[in-house]
Amino acid sequence: MTTSPESLLRTPLHALHLELGGKMVPFAGYDMPVQYPMGILKEHQHTRSAAGLFDVSHMGQVRLHGSDAAKALEALVPGDIEGLQPGRMRYTLFTNETAGILDDLMVTRCEDHLFLVVNAACKQQDIRHLEAHLAGSCRLEVLEDRALLALQGPEAASVLARFAPEVRDMRFMSGRAVTLFGAQAFVTRSGYTGEDGFELSIPADRAEEIARRLLAEPEVQPIGLGARDSLRLEAGLCLYGHDIDKTSTPVEAGLSWTIGKRRREEGGFPGHKIVMQQLTDGVDTCRVGILPEGKAPAREGTPIIGPAGDQIGTVTSGSFGPTVGGPVAMGYVRKEFAAEGTSLQLLVRGKALPAKVAAMPFVPHRYRKG
Amino acid sequence: MSNVKYTQDHEWVRIDGDVGTIGITEYAQEQLGDVVFVELPEVGKAVTKGGEAAVVESVKAASEVFAPIDGEVVEVNDALAGEPGLVNSDPTGQGWFFKVRVKDASQLDALMDEAAYKSFVEGLH
Repeated sequence: MTTSPESLLRTPLHALHLELGGKMVPFAGYDMPVQYPMGILKEHQHTRSAAGLFDVSHMGQVRLHGSDAAKALEALVPGDIEGLQPGRMRYTLFTNETAGILDDLMVTRCEDHLFLVVNAACKQQDIRHLEAHLAGSCRLEVLEDRALLALQGPEAASVLARFAPEVRDMRFMSGRAVTLFGAQAFVTRSGYTGEDGFELSIPADRAEEIARRLLAEPEVQPIGLGARDSLRLEAGLCLYGHDIDKTSTPVEAGLSWTIGKRRREEGGFPGHKIVMQQLTDGVDTCRVGILPEGKAPAREGTPIIGPAGDQIGTVTSGSFGPTVGGPVAMGYVRKEFAAEGTSLQLLVRGKALPAKVAAMPFVPHRYRKG
Repeated sequence: MSNVKYTQDHEWVRIDGDVGTIGITEYAQEQLGDVVFVELPEVGKAVTKGGEAAVVESVKAASEVFAPIDGEVVEVNDALAGEPGLVNSDPTGQGWFFKVRVKDASQLDALMDEAAYKSFVEGLH
């Protein structure tokens, strides 16, 4: 798909990206910075060692209002939403009748509503899906006037606490309303890098100013989508449309942990029967981490070859891992080849390169669990 | 550097006697971003003008490097295996890719000289 720059959407930080020298690329219909002059490698390393600021305003932000919102949402996702305590957040999935994954999302229970963050590329479809199924039971509010920033890295908490001390003691996967530079922000301690950090839902008309204030702190650098992808891949996190999609189920994707015990027993989400069958009988293919032994990255689509020389799977994400210092990948393989340490070969440009199934994350998570 | 010629695919070739040293241009490295891996041809391989001769990979993607002229590979830059970032820091010097024995020097006439390449790149903006 080619999209002319004129037809691309812009986030509230678009002018700031240009001013900062961002190299702009089309992403999910938006004109977004893939990198800044620092470059992907240094941006990646900076996020792991200090703090990186990401514009993720292209993602969809939705509120579900109504006393039955949690129960209603459970009709569309396998996560335990009713059991979510106020101020707590959960990763879950929209599934279809064949247990295929329609999108992955974050749900936070706020005092009088649920706050959802969905993928940019899926947000129109997700909103239609929510409207079609939940219209009778709760009210949907699409937050078009909110930007979303991610502040990620080991220094993220000390930076943000300078301006909002109450964030210091927040736990991983929790959210709360915070006044940030005089603006009403909803802050979650979460992210997509494997590092400690926050996502900040803020008024669009204050976003540039807030971003500038954060970037003025000595620990903070702007980080583009390129490093966002290499950071999440090292953290073993799925990218929708690549590592998970309608052709993969939560069980095949290694995301069974997102399905609560009560949900397994009670069901009531699309594809429950298939999920239960797969949990009981096992699956034919599953998502694994892969470490190529040489230096050549194995990209998405790379065929995975088994010991007998036949194709046993396909790489779904693959790149160079700057923190690992070598190539990293994930993909789906037949279950008999999924054990950690299994030797595989990756067919890169016609050459079979040795690789091993490896545990994920490739770089340990450093979330604030306490 | 009048003995350096350029392609529209942003390779350069520098001629010393009957040997051509080949790499990618400053513009190309800037477009690629951080180079993390380079796949070089084997010494002795015959490369043909416009044919794929090497692969350069940034964090984001793999790109092909085409041979600017016909020739036989006589040497490759082994330093790139340990330090692919040389392609970014010194693309026309230490970041060279491979050398070929020139088969047909007249092929060089079809390539751009430095001034022509410079205006070609300016035209891309």
